[in-house]
Amino acid sequence: MGLLSDPNRRRALISMLTRLNAPICMLCYCAGVCWFMGLAFEPFTLRTYMSENAMGSTMVEERFPAGERALATAREFAAHKKKVGGMPVDWLVKTMQARGLEVFTQSFSRVLPFPDENKERYIVKGTNVYGILRAPRAPRTEALVLSAPCSPGDNNNQAVGLLLGLAHYFRNQIYWAKDIIFLVNEHDLIGMQAWLEGYHHTNTTGMKWTPLQGRGGSIQAALSLELSSDVITSLDIVLEGLNGQLPNLDLANLFYAFCQKIGVLCTIQGRLQRNDWDSVSGYSHAVQTMMLMVMKQASGRPWGDHGLFLRYHIEAATISGINSFRQYKTDLTTTGRLVEGMYRKLNNLLERLHQSYFFYLMPSLTHFVSIGYYMPAFGLLAVILLLRALDLWVQLVAPPARTEDGIAEIEQQSSPGVRSVLTPLIISHLTGAALYLMPVHFQEMAVEHFPVSETEAVVLTAIAVYTAGLALPHNTHRLVSGEGTEQGWRVLKLVAVLYLAVLLGCTALINFSLGFILALTMVPVAAFVTPDVPKVLSAIVFVILSPACTLLFSVFLFQELQDMPVSLQDGWMLYISVISQGILDHYLFGSLVYPLIALMVYPCWLLFWNILFWK
Amino acid sequence: MAAPLTLLLIVAVTIRAVLYRSSLAELIAERVEVVSPITAWKRVIEGLALLDLGVSPYSGDVFHETPLIIYLFHFLVDYAEITFMLADVITAVALYFAVRDYNKKVFRKQKFALEADRYPHDCLELIRRPKEMFYIPLKVAMFYLLNPFTILSCVAKSTCGLNNAVISLFILTTIKGNVLLSAVFLCLATYQSIYPLTLCAPAMLYLMQHQFIPVNFRRVSFWWFVTQYLFMFLGSLLVLTCLSFFLLGSWDYMSSVYGFILSVPDLTPNIGLFWYFFAEMFEHFRLFFLCVFQINVFFYTIPLSIKLKEHPVFLMFMQLAVISIFKSYPTVGDTALYLAFLPVWGHLHRFLRNIFLVSCVLLACSALFPVLWHLWIYAGSANSNFYYAITLLFNVAQILLVSDYFYAFLRREHHLTSGLYLKKKDGSEATLVLK
Repeated sequence: MGLLSDPNRRRALISMLTRLNAPICMLCYCAGVCWFMGLAFEPFTLRTYMSENAMGSTMVEERFPAGERALATAREFAAHKKKVGGMPVDWLVKTMQARGLEVFTQSFSRVLPFPDENKERYIVKGTNVYGILRAPRAPRTEALVLSAPCSPGDNNNQAVGLLLGLAHYFRNQIYWAKDIIFLVNEHDLIGMQAWLEGYHHTNTTGMKWTPLQGRGGSIQAALSLELSSDVITSLDIVLEGLNGQLPNLDLANLFYAFCQKIGVLCTIQGRLQRNDWDSVSGYSHAVQTMMLMVMKQASGRPWGDHGLFLRYHIEAATISGINSFRQYKTDLTTTGRLVEGMYRKLNNLLERLHQSYFFYLMPSLTHFVSIGYYMPAFGLLAVILLLRALDLWVQLVAPPARTEDGIAEIEQQSSPGVRSVLTPLIISHLTGAALYLMPVHFQEMAVEHFPVSETEAVVLTAIAVYTAGLALPHNTHRLVSGEGTEQGWRVLKLVAVLYLAVLLGCTALINFSLGFILALTMVPVAAFVTPDVPKVLSAIVFVILSPACTLLFSVFLFQELQDMPVSLQDGWMLYISVISQGILDHYLFGSLVYPLIALMVYPCWLLFWNILFWK
Repeated sequence: MAAPLTLLLIVAVTIRAVLYRSSLAELIAERVEVVSPITAWKRVIEGLALLDLGVSPYSGDVFHETPLIIYLFHFLVDYAEITFMLADVITAVALYFAVRDYNKKVFRKQKFALEADRYPHDCLELIRRPKEMFYIPLKVAMFYLLNPFTILSCVAKSTCGLNNAVISLFILTTIKGNVLLSAVFLCLATYQSIYPLTLCAPAMLYLMQHQFIPVNFRRVSFWWFVTQYLFMFLGSLLVLTCLSFFLLGSWDYMSSVYGFILSVPDLTPNIGLFWYFFAEMFEHFRLFFLCVFQINVFFYTIPLSIKLKEHPVFLMFMQLAVISIFKSYPTVGDTALYLAFLPVWGHLHRFLRNIFLVSCVLLACSALFPVLWHLWIYAGSANSNFYYAITLLFNVAQILLVSDYFYAFLRREHHLTSGLYLKKKDGSEATLVLK
């Protein structure tokens, strides 16, 4: 407490912090970035290990034999799918019943707020089919889910075939202590959302679905399969779920352990593990893998069908087959044995997976970075904002030159302070609200007046509102409260800096990657903006570092990292589709990224924009 | 001054009315920071339903409000929103008039002291001016009505708003110098939640100051006044408890309301310090720590009353803060009540040391509460330790805030008697250090 109560020491500390403010801020920024890059360096990361005892020490034997039969079922399924032109509900019901499951169906329908051009759907109607294998060994209070999406075209037939094959095989085993639910969902995530809402009796997004007729116990874990070819070369695990939520790390460990045991090549982010961490290329490989995870997590989208389970506190992951490393080959029997092994271990669980980490980044499948290691990277960026705030505060409360009527002078300065802060705050938030509401609600009007499709209308309206916002605030502020005072912008900046710090802190807690990426681009402008810097140059820097441009760069970088670089033209199209996907994710699944950016981050950025044009 | 106040009231009521109509109201009413097991509107409804069925509302472990509240809402349940808005308005108006009277009194006292030439000459810049004091009552009303904490509490229909109204009426009547009403309202507040009992000390100190009775244990007039006040207080308390007994026909409510407050059986997380400790504690230490925690709330009355016996209104502020920090089921509504007093001590700003740090921490904590709650309860990725860490930080910040104001107040008083620019014995400039 000495620091807080001894005035001399306080004064010394504060004067040091204000004198060296700029260098300390720069140092913190560099340190933050370096720390983050260092996270991918293998000696700094932890090796993954199984924390859950129930899954660690027990031995299981995988004996799934029927890969060929599963393939035959897959071909049959494909034929029926083609015949019906969608989900072959009757065939699925019959087949599942023949395998001895209790089979139920659920139909659902949803009208999208605007047409989804990526997947070409607007009014979605579909049916989920699921069969429950009742646990013979225990009271049926817990369940596991295995799901496979019924995708359009020729995709994922093998996944459904394997699912049915496994159902047949599991039916004959006696050791199940949890119900196993085999789910084939139509329209990927929309179907999954309907099924999960039906299972848990909630309705968060206003979707229409028929109630579920049959239920198992509370779901402990779920896996989603995505296999599109008869022979695959490696298996990839996808962890990123809605709003950047991740399943318990033990699920990834389990996957890795079985891949090792069975001898299947396994990847994360579609990238193999390398052992040469001490070489430059090995390190850059790890960085790229981690960056891919960071960007996927930051997008807040569910990157597989498992993504929606996480919201219901169910640990889930998607396992997808990859067909790109030609020299390796894994047939469906082996994949089936892997899934069988994982389910047998999950079957042994005594409580939900909770022993291992929920907050982690993975530079490779064998190594992870936990929250304690990656948070300092964000903390170093956030502390810049606090230092700037402290600096501003010291400037604001420093006693003004003492004159005869000192007090009157202070009052004059402080009273426009409140008004000059409130006006930009309110106006920028109104702009943010417009950005949130207008695109979807005014799409019809936009389509009427301009020659664009609905989707384009939505995205272009969003971009238009965003750009219009740049012109609005500083003009209005001048209109309302006259020429800005010196004191005024300092108060506004103090408020804005603290606002940004709290906003980014909260974001980083929920979704580290999003918080970190936003901090990386917004903190520099927030820290060094004053009305006195050269206008044009800093305005350009400002726009480049604004949230929208961050998204644009992220799109290009993401493509680059996936080894699929795009041209400017394609990149722009991709950018538009990413925005429309973001808006759709919000309306369909309740992803929070779009409202966060529109209602909080963008207004906050506008405040700094406002300070730049204060005079 | 009536026009700005009216405008303020209209704005405040509009905000609340809009929020009542929005979908946010339901969400807010579920927040553990805003409602406690005692004040939750859901539980009041449950109690009403039980009462209508002819069952004692205290059967079961749901309803913990006092009998008077349930009978109040027995008649007003259809007008609940208006009642809560009215309670906020009453609080604000009562605080407004209370602070106005108090300021008048402070100013008069300062004038006498100036005329008597009692202040050192270099203290002239510490003298308060009528111009800066003019807006303080309005600011107080504004701090209460537009405080997000109050708004949340009102929209959640937390009965905390009614308690605040009673306490503010008590403050108003005390400052007006009405002994009987002061005792009655204090008794009502105590009846509602026990803890305001500690406000007894500042009330008596203030009223004695008002009636020019010296605070001296050897004087008969002092004891006579204390007896009088306590008689009125205990008398009305007796009437209230008996009234409650006759309303319900049983003493159930005693254990269900006061037992519930004192023995803290409900460990739902809130912004207070109790829940985590008592969830973690071994059962056989429970009684001991319960006593320690509860005595903690009441104990500060003694040293604070001794130190601040000349300044009962500041003492009242300190007591309100202490209650809202250390009580067993605190909500943000309690915090809002003492935060409303901050403009009254606006003249202390030059002596505050940690105000920036504290306000940053309070701001950050308020934002982090829902985030960590989400991570703990919905996402399942964080756990109770994360949430409790924020609770702890929130309370530490509040304690720092209050002690900072306490220090600043004492320091100003010190300067007013011994001069603003302190000299050491050797003539160099001295600084005050709190160790």
